[in-house]
Amino acid sequence: MISSESHTQCVTTLRTGVDLTKISSVADSVRTFGTAFLNRIFTEGETEYCEQGTSTAETAQRLAARFAAKEAVVKVLRPLEFRPEWTSIEIVRHPSGWCEVVLTGTAAAMAAEAGITEIQISMSHEGDTAIATAVAFVASTKQG
Amino acid sequence: MSVEKIRSLIAQHGRLSIDIEALKNADDLYRAGLTSHASVNLMLALEDEFDIEFPESYLKRGTFESINSIGMALAEITGDMSMAN
Repeated sequence: MISSESHTQCVTTLRTGVDLTKISSVADSVRTFGTAFLNRIFTEGETEYCEQGTSTAETAQRLAARFAAKEAVVKVLRPLEFRPEWTSIEIVRHPSGWCEVVLTGTAAAMAAEAGITEIQISMSHEGDTAIATAVAFVASTKQG
Repeated sequence: MSVEKIRSLIAQHGRLSIDIEALKNADDLYRAGLTSHASVNLMLALEDEFDIEFPESYLKRGTFESINSIGMALAEITGDMSMAN
């Protein structure tokens, strides 16, 4: 017997984003534009954490990794025209060392519109390169 | 004058993979090597030079796509339409 009854299933799909950032380029931007660059890209909390580095090199590594993470998150948000302001994507570090993404403003609105329920990130750096990946979980419904 | 200034700032901050002299005003700057990070630097340099602040609504790929589109954005922000030429 074939049932004509249809069912709605919740389906989770994934989006991934990745970005590479040159650490020396971020250090150059800080030297050239100072707080104008920091305030445009990073939240107060991010800048405060990064500036706790033991050296200017470590601060630049932290800033570059966060810049890469924000760009990776933009890639999973897939903006059609307007991109979210950088400060609406915040990388928050927990005392144990892992980081999570907190979205506010336009970034949060874009995520909600896309059905993104969660974004996980991972960051690393080596030499003059910082890298970050983002994985977004997208909830959608499917008629079965 | 402003086009020359825009070109000079792109040469200084755009980190393009080709010479600015080889670029036409309508050429795609992203295809010429402009990265997201370099576009931030360029935006901050333009803000310094023209004493403006790019509103949130100008944070889109199209704003920094070409020398012409930057000139148009500056004209709209400053109200000086001669910058669009």
